[in-house]
Amino acid sequence: MNSSPLRNVTVLAGGISHERDVSLRSGRRVVDSLTSHGITVELRDPDATLLAHLTETRPDVVWPVLHGASGEDGALRGLLEALDIPFVGSTSAAARLAWDKPTAKELARRAGVLTPRGLTLSHDAFRELGAAGVLAAIADEHPVPVVVKPARGGSAQGVTVVESADGLPRAMVDAYTYCDDVIVEQKITGTEIAVGVIDTGDGPTALPAVEIVPRSGFYGFDARYNAGETTFFTPARLDDDAAAGAARAAVAVHEALGLRHLSRVDLIVDAAGAAWFLEVNVLPGLTETSLVPMALDAAGFELGLVYAALAEKAVRDHQ
Amino acid sequence: MSDKGTNLDPWYDSYADRTAGLSASEVRALFAVASRPEVVSLAGGMPYVSALPRELVTGSIDRVMSKGGGAMALQYGSGQGTPAIREHIMQIMAMEGIRGSADDVVVTTGSQQALDLVTRLFINPGDVVLAESPSYVGALGVFKAYQADVQHVAMDDEGLIPEALREAITAVTSRGGTIKFLYTIPNFHNPAGVTLSWARRLEILEICRSAGILVLEDNPYGLLSFDEPAPQAMRSVDDEGVIYLGSFSKTLAPGFRVGWALAPHAIREKLILANESATLSPNSFGQFVITEYLDQADWRGQIDIFRDLYRERRDAMLSALGEYLPSLSWTRPEGGFFVWLSLPDELDSKAMLPRAVKELVAYTPGTAFYADGGGRQNIRLSFCYPTSEMIKVGVARLATVINGELDLLNTFSGAQLGKPSRQREGVTMPPPNIS
Repeated sequence: MNSSPLRNVTVLAGGISHERDVSLRSGRRVVDSLTSHGITVELRDPDATLLAHLTETRPDVVWPVLHGASGEDGALRGLLEALDIPFVGSTSAAARLAWDKPTAKELARRAGVLTPRGLTLSHDAFRELGAAGVLAAIADEHPVPVVVKPARGGSAQGVTVVESADGLPRAMVDAYTYCDDVIVEQKITGTEIAVGVIDTGDGPTALPAVEIVPRSGFYGFDARYNAGETTFFTPARLDDDAAAGAARAAVAVHEALGLRHLSRVDLIVDAAGAAWFLEVNVLPGLTETSLVPMALDAAGFELGLVYAALAEKAVRDHQ
Repeated sequence: MSDKGTNLDPWYDSYADRTAGLSASEVRALFAVASRPEVVSLAGGMPYVSALPRELVTGSIDRVMSKGGGAMALQYGSGQGTPAIREHIMQIMAMEGIRGSADDVVVTTGSQQALDLVTRLFINPGDVVLAESPSYVGALGVFKAYQADVQHVAMDDEGLIPEALREAITAVTSRGGTIKFLYTIPNFHNPAGVTLSWARRLEILEICRSAGILVLEDNPYGLLSFDEPAPQAMRSVDDEGVIYLGSFSKTLAPGFRVGWALAPHAIREKLILANESATLSPNSFGQFVITEYLDQADWRGQIDIFRDLYRERRDAMLSALGEYLPSLSWTRPEGGFFVWLSLPDELDSKAMLPRAVKELVAYTPGTAFYADGGGRQNIRLSFCYPTSEMIKVGVARLATVINGELDLLNTFSGAQLGKPSRQREGVTMPPPNIS
């Protein structure tokens, strides 16, 4: 039965990013959850007719469950703002900051959150300065193990953990295939966790941290989207101080970037209990194997209620 | 919370060994964009069913349903398929020189299921299947599921190379391996696009006969020749050593999921039983509709329409390749759906796929067509589904992808590049509309 004031919600999923498949899976789960709460939901794959459709139908709220470019880079959100249609999730300006991982890391650092040392290199930099010299400089400044990843994008696509220096060139090439800018950062050893942050009206609140233990040792695409490939502990097996520190770090990042409604902050907690910020997602995965739904469940929330509350918050924020 | 945590699949440790590889993968996820209208998909092997007049299908359905309310068509049927469709299948195969009895035809859920049944009948884990290099990804998936050891045999512009086959047989037998059959697509090969010459067909049959090796002749594209008809089927000269697989998917429509196997008597008996075990009976409704279509429609004329359409698209693709990628090499198919493109040695078709997605063009990496990790320097391009105009756009985009990747690799030319790090070995099965 619908106890929500929302009449209709449009969920956008799919798109043409590398993460289209993940987006479709997330979108269907959001639709199911909202529908189970009695809300009428339209699922739509964005295309050339989308803006005209939204202008005509004027849904109460749009939920862009679009991963990757256009969904998380702020472009579509900017258009929704221009159309004056409420939407769930961060504003276009905030999404743009979070989408660019080097920018997000810098803002987190300024907010007092630890983040691994690293540098960002464009393909052009390699082209102009010569690969040999640049690779040598990287090896000097950031000895292995390092993590190489596209500066923008998700689902661990194009990400490599480089354990020996001779693996660095291939890792760079693999990352550049996805994005023209690549981050090389110090690999922090510790407990890998994800902390969801939600705000349904009482301010941003950290959900229980989800600890990630992939069978392969690397939380890559296969480990993320094949049930059984990763073991999760919710809440994470951290002592109280470390857990509280991780929660504070997640909320600090959420606030420092000006995010709203929902985000997921990925962290590593080292042996000393310090939380290191890796990246933040303004549209965290919401699939059946995703972390935020798992954390919500562990915290005792019912997905339909929370998603409806987020959608209602989006409407209130718009007013 | 359990001390052991949650892994989202409590049955993870219970799966059979043969399920290895049945998992979501980064490459497979990338294929999801191929369905978007902005993307020119040169990946999928989907027949252009829009060229099939709708009234031919609806008329057949109407006639089926008007006969006793369609009672037989809506009922379970024989595990072998209806006698009527099997008689038609004999007429179709006669066009490729095959003579035989409709009693030896077993109708299946697409020829893909026939492939599965034959493999189920013959393969124990570790048995060897010989297959062309490259080979059909859907077949490799079946062979892997039955834990076969696939040994690829080299081919050239005339198809499978007999001498390479002899060498492969010697190599396997000398190490004590057991070869169960040779899997071959002699006409307009998927993915290579080449056709096995008549002389080689005879030579290969003789090699297999001498070595006691069964031949599995898969022929979904044989009637889709562009200029000269394909040579007659291998089954036309050997009715004891060849199992022939055929399909209505390319000459009519794949949605019916009706294919068949023509097998020697003893094998046929086992195929029927295996078919009943798998599905009880093949799709009755599809068989009845197809039978009506074959009875009433000018199906030969419809195949000519498909041929003309695909010929035009083949020409568009070859022309675009010549225009945009003149320094590369590719096969020149005389029928079927596919061109096999060879890339410069330093490129890796699988690693390059994300860049292609960014450029809004999709292709199938050559690695999909090898059981042994080969194919990194190849791409299968399909010309069956996109229009000639879109084929040209797609090849132009592909050229941008290739040039971009070459530029990237050139940047790192002084560095030692290993194999792409994120790639899982083995066959990555694309979705059905890509295979």
